[in-house]
Amino acid sequence: MDVLHKILVAPFIDMAAAPDFLMQVLWEGLVSGVLYALIALGFVLIYKSSRIFNFAQGIMVVFAALTLVGLHEKGVPALLAVPLTLVVMFVLAVAIERVVLRPLVNQPDVILFMATIGITLFLIGFGEMIFGGENKVMITEQLMIPTGAYTFEPFGGFLLIEQKDLTAVVGAGILVLVLLVFLNRSKMGRAIRALGDDHQAALSVGISLSTIWVLVWFIAGIIALATGIVWGARAGVSFALEVIAFKALPVLMLGGLESVTGAIVGGLAIGVLEKLFEIYWGQPLMGGNTETWFAFVFALIILLFRPQGLFGEKIIERV
Amino acid sequence: MLYRITGQFKTNYRSDYALFPVRQDMFLLAVILFFAWVVFPLMASEFAFQTLLIPVLIYALAALGLNILTGYAGQLSLGTGAFMGVGAYACYKLVTIFPDLNLMLAIGFSGLFSAAIGLAFGLPSLRIKGFYLAIATLAAQFFLVWLFEKWSWLYNYNASGAIQVPTIDMFGITVSGPTASSMVQYYFVLFIVSVITILAINITRGRIGRMWKAVRDMDIAAELVGINLLRAKLIAFGVSSYIVGVSGALFVFLWRGAAEPNLFDIPLSFRILFIAIIGGLGSILGNFLGAILIIALPVILNIIPEAFGVEVDSSLLEHINIMIIGALIIAVLIIEPHGLARIWAVIREKLIIWPFPH
Repeated sequence: MDVLHKILVAPFIDMAAAPDFLMQVLWEGLVSGVLYALIALGFVLIYKSSRIFNFAQGIMVVFAALTLVGLHEKGVPALLAVPLTLVVMFVLAVAIERVVLRPLVNQPDVILFMATIGITLFLIGFGEMIFGGENKVMITEQLMIPTGAYTFEPFGGFLLIEQKDLTAVVGAGILVLVLLVFLNRSKMGRAIRALGDDHQAALSVGISLSTIWVLVWFIAGIIALATGIVWGARAGVSFALEVIAFKALPVLMLGGLESVTGAIVGGLAIGVLEKLFEIYWGQPLMGGNTETWFAFVFALIILLFRPQGLFGEKIIERV
Repeated sequence: MLYRITGQFKTNYRSDYALFPVRQDMFLLAVILFFAWVVFPLMASEFAFQTLLIPVLIYALAALGLNILTGYAGQLSLGTGAFMGVGAYACYKLVTIFPDLNLMLAIGFSGLFSAAIGLAFGLPSLRIKGFYLAIATLAAQFFLVWLFEKWSWLYNYNASGAIQVPTIDMFGITVSGPTASSMVQYYFVLFIVSVITILAINITRGRIGRMWKAVRDMDIAAELVGINLLRAKLIAFGVSSYIVGVSGALFVFLWRGAAEPNLFDIPLSFRILFIAIIGGLGSILGNFLGAILIIALPVILNIIPEAFGVEVDSSLLEHINIMIIGALIIAVLIIEPHGLARIWAVIREKLIIWPFPH
């Protein structure tokens, strides 16, 4: 009974006893959820258009952030460093398409997945060689991101909302909106979706596979840069950021590999739930640090009931 | 010319399905085994034992376990490292609870524990497929490593949180612990690896292996021809985790000597995945070729600058190393997606028909 009480009742009493703390926890979870959603979005875009499970998305985040900070350290003004970083990401997209993807067109999915792991390793080695392995500080102020904090006093308690987190949430929202408009309204966006539906049909109506692949990897690079700035402002820029790439994987499972909505909903859900679980169940009952696995186990359980994720396309298998 | 197969007639089905339909294969293998069992141990230095021979064998065994699951049964797994950890911790507990237990038996039993956990994590594979399953295996990876850290019973409540391998004697010879000689450890590992490899070759050639391949190529079609998918997949998870668990126990007891939970983290899983891929999925030989390449390459890269008398910063070397392995994976995939084993198969084919092109 005592154990059941600890698991099923006590955490909720704690929540009700300190609603302001609960709100703080929810907000923190939401902010990290936004970041997971952004990374997952990069995955989804590439998966939708090319059926490539891009393992390198996480390292692209690190690489973009390091390039930005590295350029600034070399004396480039911050606002000029951003477009320059985008140029670097574009070159990267072209290089990946030319060197890796083009020779591997038509190979089984798993081979392409392995190739992206190869890209990941290459970028880790390359990035560490150029920028060094130590932690760097994101140039938050130079990019004119406000760093103050708002405080509220709901229920007579205390709630702290940092302006940079708020900026992150708003910025991510705008980015997602622009992306959705681009995918659904522009000619290029339609081409991307067509390619995702059927490669050969898309090729036969004159859509260029290589152009679209470069474009998609470039967009993934832009998302990576945005994620890198936001996450770097919270935690500094180093290769430790890599681990958040793994966090995007359960988000993908939960939301479905080819759903933009799924990536966003899944990201937010996992961000909030893993924080709640860690604070109210993990730390008091399990010795903490449950964030490393909670998202995976949660997604695994959901997947047992919906094997294609919450928003994924229904899997129809034919012999 | 060396591989001329003319004159080797098959007069019945039995000889057609023999393990070595071509006599030269058997000869080649005999030479390799002679080197592995006699020549290397006699010539190798302490350094060669510890940085090349023993790790190559252990990594090859782990890759073999993964290859059975991914290459033969088609279930992509990213959690190999954690299952090695289960084997290692199980062996550690067995040795502490039964101090008189023969180490070879302890290692054999510890594989059963990781097989059991592998079965549990294999259950979802019936509903979850492809990349979704790959991510699901990451759940095992992260959860188990977390457990190794938090469940202090596993490491006998010691303060460091790491496991230390005790000194264990077998038939009067020290086989593990700091005082064990490298040659004894090498033979110990070589024996287990040889036995498991022979078993694996025969499992994959037989009825179970054909069942796995059918499931890998198209599971619905396999189900339609009467293969029990649940059984086929669970056997694959069980056998694979058993081998991986044994390799994990060897990894800690016969090579590392001590282990912390983060040793079994994602990088280890990935290194084994690389070995299996570069070597060739769906091949037994490939695991050994891949392990030789992935383990030997860093050692060679470390030696080259010294040989030329150039001082290179060790961290720079490390980064170049990672880059080269990344580039190597991409290169192998582009040149031959089926890995080194396929490259050898092509060479062998060419040798057989030489000097004719077809």
